[in-house]
Amino acid sequence: MTPIESSLRSSETSMFNVEQIRSDFPILKLKIDDKQLVYFDNAASSQMPKVVMDRMLRYQTMEHANINRAVHYLSETATAEYEKSRHKLKNFINANEDREIIFTSGTTDAINLVAHSYGRKFISSGDEIILTVLEHHSNIVPWQMLAKENGVKIRVVPINDAGELLIDEYKKLFNKNTKLVGVTHVSNAIGTINPIKKMIKFAHAHGVPVLVDGAQAAPHMKIDVQELNCDFYTFSGHKLCGPTGIGILYGKANQLNRMKPFKGGGDMITSVTFEKTIYNTIPHKFEAGTPPIAAAIGFGAAIDYLSSIDLSTIEAYEQSLINYATEQINNIPGIRIIGSAAEKVAVLSFSVDGVHPHDIGTLLNQEGIAVRTGHHCAQPVMQHFKVPATTRASFSFYNSMAEIDTLITGIQKVQKVFL
Amino acid sequence: MITKSLYQEVILDHNRNPRNYGSLDNANRSAEGHNPLCGDHLSIKINLSENLIIDSITFQGESCAICKASASMMTANVKGKTQADAETMIKEFRDMAVGQLEPDDDHHLGRLTVFVGVRDLPTRVKCAILPWHTLHAALNSITTTSTEADDDPMHISIGNAS
Repeated sequence: MTPIESSLRSSETSMFNVEQIRSDFPILKLKIDDKQLVYFDNAASSQMPKVVMDRMLRYQTMEHANINRAVHYLSETATAEYEKSRHKLKNFINANEDREIIFTSGTTDAINLVAHSYGRKFISSGDEIILTVLEHHSNIVPWQMLAKENGVKIRVVPINDAGELLIDEYKKLFNKNTKLVGVTHVSNAIGTINPIKKMIKFAHAHGVPVLVDGAQAAPHMKIDVQELNCDFYTFSGHKLCGPTGIGILYGKANQLNRMKPFKGGGDMITSVTFEKTIYNTIPHKFEAGTPPIAAAIGFGAAIDYLSSIDLSTIEAYEQSLINYATEQINNIPGIRIIGSAAEKVAVLSFSVDGVHPHDIGTLLNQEGIAVRTGHHCAQPVMQHFKVPATTRASFSFYNSMAEIDTLITGIQKVQKVFL
Repeated sequence: MITKSLYQEVILDHNRNPRNYGSLDNANRSAEGHNPLCGDHLSIKINLSENLIIDSITFQGESCAICKASASMMTANVKGKTQADAETMIKEFRDMAVGQLEPDDDHHLGRLTVFVGVRDLPTRVKCAILPWHTLHAALNSITTTSTEADDDPMHISIGNAS
């Protein structure tokens, strides 16, 4: 292949046919009161392609039984498919081993697991945890509960007015009592991508492990946990075109091994007597009870689907969406974009002069446009920007430029109503 | 769909030029209302006479247009009324917002029926109700109230706001 041919080929593969992608998602054809649905609430939950629904239906129709139990065909099939999903997740984030992937009910559950099993064992009175202003409440509250119980101090990395973490301030927060860093890879409220690789390196230089909340990053970019060298990484299936009720906690095997169990029950044990119970090895130690098997298998199918498009293609296309949306919205007078980090994902948080976000949300809904309005479970971010709430349009690779035009027209209509 | 008519001119007008907006120096009843789900808050101050008539009432706060217009129209409507009449209106407004009272039924709400459309928007019902909720708290000397408090008589529990 000549260099010219090869570059043609690569530009062909990078050609992204959004209409074809959209046809994979049945819900995108929906009409809301005669208006074509424009779904811009992807940061809250993404939509599901038909292949994932079909996979879950096939499991439920032909493969379902409880896992890790019986010797019969269905149980063995279900167990094998469940474990295949774990393997897909392991490959998706380039973990070292399958057993480093713990299925949880989602990101919140995973963070609570770490706060309990790591936090309550290794972090005690007088110790400190570093969090950031950009955290979702799910990466604040579990630590506050630990802090209250064990007398642990929480220290918070501030942000600048673009919504970027102040890394110099982050470095100043470390001392001999620092026991853990909890940081979101991407801000759910304003889209900032945090320089977590640098932050992890710095923390490790102080002997401090790092938990990364990847709920908003995993849908938008290639994650390599070995390259990041994080101790824990977590995200949810329903933000990656999968079902709700399933997510993963990645943990380095040596960390997971030394942690205490989270929930007690079946599957997480090797033997039980009333005198003594021996816990199972990882990952089973952290998967008590019957898991949502169909959801885990659906999650695996979603990972296959996303991998078939390729995360770097998704990332490039979504960047073109956010660039276009930012440019268009900046042309409208009376709009303030909240969060203008140099590195951000396709999340557009904004306020409209003189109009409350809830009124914007209701009026955009009348145009078929689904956006999120409120504090986005990130009140510290809202406090920094001195706004009670924002309107957030969060884009996915199945959104089109034409849909952004619909949003822009919708915002102008809102402004007319409130003139 | 009724929602289309929620942002009617009367609501937009009260949002733009809220009536009875501000503080009240001689208030003997007051309450703060919060909607923790959206961060909206407003305070209501009342001067209640000895024979339990609302002589004056004001509100202040930060909220969406639905909440602000509801507060503005509420203050205009309950001013000069007895505490008992105000409580009747509070109940009627709440019932209308959750679909248990129709604009054609007997009631004392007058033009406040313009808010009937919120019943189609469960997430916005609380915006419209917050001022009434806070008024109830002020009249009963409850200093702070929240749309999410379990023990609040105005609380709309999940499944009820249909």
